[in-house]
Amino acid sequence: MPRITMREAISQALWEEMERDPAVFILGEEVGVWGGTYAVTKGFYDHFGPQRVKDTPIAENAILGAAIGAAMVGLRPVAELMTINFAFSAMDYVVNQAPKLRYMFGGQFRIPLVIRAVGGGGRQLGATHSQTPDAVFAHFPGLKVVSPGTPEDAKGLLKTAIRSDDPVLFIEHATMYQVRGEVPEGEYLIPIGQSKVQRPGRDVTIVTYAKGLELSLKAADELAKEGIEVEIVDLRTLRPLDMGPVLESFKKTNRAVIVEEGWRSYGVGAEVAARIYEEAFDYADAPILRVAQKEVPLPYNRTLEQAALPQVPDITAAVKEVLK
Amino acid sequence: MDKEKLLQMYYEMVLIRRVEERGAELYQAGKIGGFMHLYIGQEAVSTGLIAAREPRDRVITAYRDHGVAINCGISANEVMAELLGKVTGTSKGKGGSMHMASVEKNMWGGHAIVGGHLPIAAGLALGDQYQGNDNVTICMFGDGATNIGYFHEALNVSMTWNLRVLWVCENNQYGMGTSVERASAVSEIRQKAEGYGMKNSRVDGMDVLAVYEAAKQAIDYVRSESKPYLLEAVTYRFRGHSMGDPERYRSQDEVKKWQDNDPIGIFRAALLKKKNITAAELDEIEARAEADTQKAVEFAEASPEPGMEELFKDVYVED
Repeated sequence: MPRITMREAISQALWEEMERDPAVFILGEEVGVWGGTYAVTKGFYDHFGPQRVKDTPIAENAILGAAIGAAMVGLRPVAELMTINFAFSAMDYVVNQAPKLRYMFGGQFRIPLVIRAVGGGGRQLGATHSQTPDAVFAHFPGLKVVSPGTPEDAKGLLKTAIRSDDPVLFIEHATMYQVRGEVPEGEYLIPIGQSKVQRPGRDVTIVTYAKGLELSLKAADELAKEGIEVEIVDLRTLRPLDMGPVLESFKKTNRAVIVEEGWRSYGVGAEVAARIYEEAFDYADAPILRVAQKEVPLPYNRTLEQAALPQVPDITAAVKEVLK
Repeated sequence: MDKEKLLQMYYEMVLIRRVEERGAELYQAGKIGGFMHLYIGQEAVSTGLIAAREPRDRVITAYRDHGVAINCGISANEVMAELLGKVTGTSKGKGGSMHMASVEKNMWGGHAIVGGHLPIAAGLALGDQYQGNDNVTICMFGDGATNIGYFHEALNVSMTWNLRVLWVCENNQYGMGTSVERASAVSEIRQKAEGYGMKNSRVDGMDVLAVYEAAKQAIDYVRSESKPYLLEAVTYRFRGHSMGDPERYRSQDEVKKWQDNDPIGIFRAALLKKKNITAAELDEIEARAEADTQKAVEFAEASPEPGMEELFKDVYVED
């Protein structure tokens, strides 16, 4: 199987879907001539032309509003938000329009829209450009929220998202574009709404996704040296949330740590822990612990920023804690 | 314009008036919930405008949408049923007064976030441009919507991208209770189009024939030039902003002055000046509108509520 980066995986998914379906087009800031601020759409403008790789003004409401309108009349726009933080400038479209127009008009409209947004901290961009607000968006019924942790999942999930008739927020982590992984040869799709065991183990269940997966895999290697075998369940999709593999794993290990990059309060970990307690309370041998970002706006200074973000030692410590 | 079309426009204006008057009664009786914004006084704008469109031209509007829905060809029955929250309504009773739409009638919704539908209108037009269609998207909004960012982002991209959008500002003088003068840097809304290099004009929104002519020209321009255009229709709502409006911001004298300028009265007088239209014909149309309104109320009252199966339906296409 070919080994490619996350950037290449996302780029391949877009390219393949644009080749496959003329209704698919990209719009956003610097997606065309520039080639994408994270170089995901490099070469697209020359191949597909200005109509299908549409540069926009710096106007998030225009980008997402126009994408929704185009989706309503049968196109399949992939709107790129340079960072997920800019979604707040157009929050109305992400949470108030795209997820509700179908329901509110009695099922008359389809919104086959993908919003690709780059999130995550760790690049010293300061507090307003470094957030991991995934849980905010996952709160809203009508939206699907996907955030992959491997190139294989990124490619397969993005292709599915583009073919979906519902709006999908596809969150990519800014520090993961160089992460390499194997992807299957040729065409493949991965369903939205399916969690996956990324590493089997018997002692503790780690539930995570995206950047948390990268960190958890490293933690798992370290813990293995001490004879602790963690099982890592990757959510991959935050809404709809697939608790099946999580509960199956928890019923085996009876202990869980949830790792997310966003803030702990009202976060993904809170949701997952609540659901485990609701569905499998009798299986718990220890309180479920959460590893998450410190409750501060992310600082610029590298040392302080890294101190605020979850790190591998935080995960290994939490795993040992639930094993006590 | 031929006689048949003129009489149809008259029928629609009277029907909108009657449907909303009955709607107001049903609201007071507690049979309609939520917010309800009446179009009474503004009927000439939507009627003249939509009479000027080709069926392939799309219409999208704000929350004051009952009249627009009727002009687009949505039946009074469906409008009334939606107001009463019935499954036979335009949106199966899940949208209510502010959210009426019919894809079949090319009516892309009443939208209740002020200004939020303007970028969506740009998107409808972008979709048509992409697909090689020459239809025009007619986007209606109030004067209040021209002070919010959406308006400016949408006008800018419509010009930058050469989108076929006819922007129609219904300047009814007040955004809720705040007058245009108190809310907008310029009181002639059409001036805002100048900043985007967009052609524009202003029309008397109480005169349906003037609106029709202005809209016809504007639509032709948008279609043939593949450029947007802003048309400002100066109008007035006779009722409050919504059903719960204490109306402390305007005087009875002011309201009365505009009510004396009733668009239905103006149109009736204009029609009676034509040799081939009689008062008896117009009376008959008014009676028909009255009867159709009564039928719509009966239809809506007799229609079933949406069943519990509707609660979880249409959250996603793929469930």
